[in-house]
Amino acid sequence: MQAFWNWFAWLHTATGINLTIFYDPFDRHRFAEGFLTTIELSVACIVLSVIIGVIGAWAQGSKNRILRSSIYWYIQLFRNTPPLVQLYFFYFGLGAVIESGGHPLVSNVAWAILSLSFYAGAFNVEIFRSGIEAVPRATVEATEALGFTRLGAYIHVILPLAFRISLPGLNNNLINLVKATTLAYAISVPELLWVSSQIWSDDINVPEMMTVLLICYVGLVGVLVVFMHRWEHAMRVPGFGRAAGARK
Amino acid sequence: MSARRHLGILRPLPENAAFPVLLPAAERLQAKALRERGMGLPAFDLKPRDAMLLGLFLVLLMAGIAEAANGPVREGIVPTLIKWTPLLATGFVFNIAISFLAMATGTVAGAFLGLGQISIFGPVRKVAWLVTHFFRNAPWLVLLFFCMFLLPFQIQIFGVIIPLPDWLKATFGLALPVMANVSEIVRGAIETIPTGQWESAQALAFTRQQTIWKIILPQCIKRMLPPWMNLYAILAMDTVLASIVGVNEVMTLAGDVLGAEGGRTDLLLPIYSYILLWFFLYCYPIARWTVRLERRFAVK
Repeated sequence: MQAFWNWFAWLHTATGINLTIFYDPFDRHRFAEGFLTTIELSVACIVLSVIIGVIGAWAQGSKNRILRSSIYWYIQLFRNTPPLVQLYFFYFGLGAVIESGGHPLVSNVAWAILSLSFYAGAFNVEIFRSGIEAVPRATVEATEALGFTRLGAYIHVILPLAFRISLPGLNNNLINLVKATTLAYAISVPELLWVSSQIWSDDINVPEMMTVLLICYVGLVGVLVVFMHRWEHAMRVPGFGRAAGARK
Repeated sequence: MSARRHLGILRPLPENAAFPVLLPAAERLQAKALRERGMGLPAFDLKPRDAMLLGLFLVLLMAGIAEAANGPVREGIVPTLIKWTPLLATGFVFNIAISFLAMATGTVAGAFLGLGQISIFGPVRKVAWLVTHFFRNAPWLVLLFFCMFLLPFQIQIFGVIIPLPDWLKATFGLALPVMANVSEIVRGAIETIPTGQWESAQALAFTRQQTIWKIILPQCIKRMLPPWMNLYAILAMDTVLASIVGVNEVMTLAGDVLGAEGGRTDLLLPIYSYILLWFFLYCYPIARWTVRLERRFAVK
């Protein structure tokens, strides 16, 4: 392994391509940490935003007008304002209010997770809602005939079907969410971009780090795309939905 | 008066009238009428425009309350916001200008890239596909950093030195992902055109170039418009990313304002809400319009 790391040191002396993240243990360590933070941030945001989406979509189908219209305005507000300003609003604005004796109660990582999840969650509500609307009316009526409550039908019948219909839309949104985790840089969450900026200001190797960054993100997103496509394929119910009907 | 007697429709409706003529709306109207009768007053029905005004009013009211709680020594929040509004407005106009320029550049480049994706020449198709997907999968902020740091601050063409200011580099950085997204929009739209169009063009002896420019693309415009507008709204919101790399747009100016006011913490929440409101007022109508166009152009 050491020979592999040493090769990059040799590459630096021979060609001037300075990839400190490979031959310098300190940089290697903090880059790996940053990479892990990005993955943790992405996973936390994905889980939380999907939960927000499911609850929001359920609330949108409720009979309560006030609940429905507040969900509508939540979606419109978060979809039509810049996510970066939302992040600043939460971290600097609300963060300054929610404090005790000069110490913030919520860390910057937590604010980043909250803010990005609410941002992506607004899109997820719309995605799940259109999925729920696409569930055939007859299926919903069948659940009523079988004596399901509204919640029971939602959990056991409608959501599993709606989830399959909304997977392609969800894919796109989750990819956008992974890309949006770079915004956490602005409130100095030590994620991939932030760590890279530290490294390139220490070692003055901007072009190399930029290339590494781009490869990392394109790779991360690529892995997510492949994973989601596999999942979409595995979840398919034969004979249900457009995908099954149109193709094969 | 005499005319009304002859028109049965204009007679006042009986207490529990059904509306059989207004079939699509009848059920809803009757339900509403029943509800209103139950409550004994008209139902509360909020239209989007009124809701926006109400939102604006609430923000002002909240700012007012914060101001009242603020004590007499410091300047109030509303006067402070009003005082800095002209400065913030110039920043916002700059954001919009950057978004227009990036959208124009990205659309032109993306249209050609999209056409490259359907080229009959294999290597062109592959390269266009690769470029499109690379720039679509890279985060906007990373691309912005890429352009900020790796483009020179000036370029020399035939002995003429052309300076590249930060905002121009940022515009270029934002235009790259726009280009990739437009490329996908163009490719997607072209694929929805029935193959019969291509075949009939061929039968009428149109060349491939003529077919694309005179037959296929004009039909695509309608399908491309909603996603293109959606992309524009996303771009307009992402222009604030330029503040991270130090362009003097609205977020940078907001930071300057906070600095000039001496780091008042009570000003943080109002000023960010204020900027959120501006973007909302700019992007929400675009989003509504996009939804309307989508409905009108929907393929049945």
